[in-house]
Amino acid sequence: MTLPAEALKPYQAAVETRLANEPDWLADLRRQALERFANKGFPSPREEEWKYTNVSPIERKRFPLAPAPGVVDEQWIEQQRLPGCWHLVLIDGFFAPHLSHPALAGDVVFCDMGSALRRHEALLTQNLGQAVDVEHGFIDFNTALFQGGALIRLSPGTRLEHPIQLLHVQTQAAAIPTRHLILLEAGAEAAVIESYVGEGAGLTAHVTEILLAENTRLQHFKIQEEARRAFHFGGLYVKQAAGSRFEQTQFALGSLLARSEIHLHLGEASQCQLDGLHWANGRRHLDSHTRILHEKPGAVSRESYKVLAEDRGRSVFQGRIVVQPGAQKTDAAMSNRNLLLSDDAEVDSKPQLEIYADDVKCAHGVTVGQLDDNALFYLQARGIDADSARQLLLYGFVNELIETVTVAPLRQYLHRQLDNRFDAIDLESTS
Amino acid sequence: MSNQPSLLKIENLHASVENKPILKGINLALDYGQIHAIMGPNGSGKSTLANVLAGREGYEVTEGRVWYQGKDLLAMAPEERAREGVFLAFQYPVEIPGVSNIYFLKAALNAIRKHRGEPEVDAMDFIQLVKEKIQLMEMEDQFLYRAINEGFSGGEKKRNEILQMLLLEPTLCVLDEIDSGLDIDALKIVAKGINTLRSPERGFLMVTHYQRLLDYVEPDMVHVFADGRIVKSGGPQLAKELEAKGYGWIEQALEEHA
Repeated sequence: MTLPAEALKPYQAAVETRLANEPDWLADLRRQALERFANKGFPSPREEEWKYTNVSPIERKRFPLAPAPGVVDEQWIEQQRLPGCWHLVLIDGFFAPHLSHPALAGDVVFCDMGSALRRHEALLTQNLGQAVDVEHGFIDFNTALFQGGALIRLSPGTRLEHPIQLLHVQTQAAAIPTRHLILLEAGAEAAVIESYVGEGAGLTAHVTEILLAENTRLQHFKIQEEARRAFHFGGLYVKQAAGSRFEQTQFALGSLLARSEIHLHLGEASQCQLDGLHWANGRRHLDSHTRILHEKPGAVSRESYKVLAEDRGRSVFQGRIVVQPGAQKTDAAMSNRNLLLSDDAEVDSKPQLEIYADDVKCAHGVTVGQLDDNALFYLQARGIDADSARQLLLYGFVNELIETVTVAPLRQYLHRQLDNRFDAIDLESTS
Repeated sequence: MSNQPSLLKIENLHASVENKPILKGINLALDYGQIHAIMGPNGSGKSTLANVLAGREGYEVTEGRVWYQGKDLLAMAPEERAREGVFLAFQYPVEIPGVSNIYFLKAALNAIRKHRGEPEVDAMDFIQLVKEKIQLMEMEDQFLYRAINEGFSGGEKKRNEILQMLLLEPTLCVLDEIDSGLDIDALKIVAKGINTLRSPERGFLMVTHYQRLLDYVEPDMVHVFADGRIVKSGGPQLAKELEAKGYGWIEQALEEHA
């Protein structure tokens, strides 16, 4: 939908101001993106990929860009920063140098986008936009307007000693476009955590691009816990070279309306594992859209999304696996398990397999159901009352995914968050 | 102690599953300190009785009463029965991903203690207690930290049931085919667990298909079920008779009866 001129004006003004300090290639990129955004606006539910998630409330809000970072309590920030990690903190999209200590030596580049433009422009010129293979209003909005973000690059064979945490704090009712670029050269290994928190009622419009060279391994986590009136778009675009391994786990726990998309290209004999959890309670609408492209032979993809929908919550899962001609010996499996816990909750699940090769193994499974009666009875038969038994099963449903998180400080953080939510039955962590 | 009500008294119990009558008038009295074995062919209603006693949904009592320590057992919710000291060892213990065994054990123990007006068990005391029991069942400590029954072998699941029983120290233990799927070593361990708890303060109903378990846990009485009724009751020698003659003669007797 074309945006009215007056809605576009503040964005155009912001782009023009920014261009004065930016290199020409980026200025061109931004101008083109803004032009596309001006013509098309945010996606419409008439588009197949957006059928179940109507983002017109976002369009109507006409979020202004945040003029400056909001004020945050540093003690609170400290609680959000995971111990044993390197941090980069963005407040309303603005890099917060006093809260971050990104500079790593030698084989690793880890800096904010501002420094990246000054010191590592070539890396950006060569790689920015390379992994993005789809086009729509959120990506264009991001490209035109992003300011903060991180550049992470590991030289060949480098193993990152500690995980990197990119902490995004939303404090105001503003649009917050941020952009990360993660580059792993051959044989490098890293773990990156993206956390989205804060009390703002704004719009996060976020893009992460990841380019993985041969035999690399990246563990990527996304924890989305924004406030209950916030909007969230997050796009993750990944290109994997031969023999690389990408593991992604996301926990969608917050905001009013959130859409996460993952578009991933698999090289020869590469592997990916995508796991996710939606906790759609209250009036929350959570949408995960994934597209895995098997482009070369012998790649393995595993995808498993769990959904807990209660109250008036709504969950959308669209999982698409494309096996292109020549991608023989592809091994792909996708599952989506939904717990539908109230009459007013809704779950939409749409697995799609498109197979253009003949020697492949592809499987998908979707289940929608309630809590297991046998399990409830088992707990009751041990003296646990029906309501606590239900809570315990829900706890287990979520905890099962938390237990797979190999980054210890993140796992502990998630356990604490989960325990807080189940405060009523005193579920201290016993593991 | 003549005024003390008996541990369990089942009177003319009829029950249906999905409107199909399964139990057709069971009468049975179990006293403190006793172990009764319930045997019989498949489909005779043995497991149905176990599930009715524990209060599983879908098992509809159509006639009769069950008195547990003089109280109306059928009027209680499943969790109330457990807190009052009724324990069902499941034929098919349920896997619950994401919930650690140790958390489950502690929650169960505390639910029962709370019911008795006792304080919650101290964390250190609990660990010590559970480790004693787990050694008795010859299980590794790591079982405590795994999700409930998840990925456990058949034998491990059954041992986990007995571990729970040892910890909760119930008054009425109903064991539903605790011996099925066990090799001889696991069977001996399970039997040891049962014998440890055998005491004048509690009673056992052991549903079993085979004589084998009874070699290690000698019952006071054996009841033979067929078509939802007890067709014969007797001492431990009855089980041996069944072992030798099979269940064929019972079915034959029933046919003649009909």
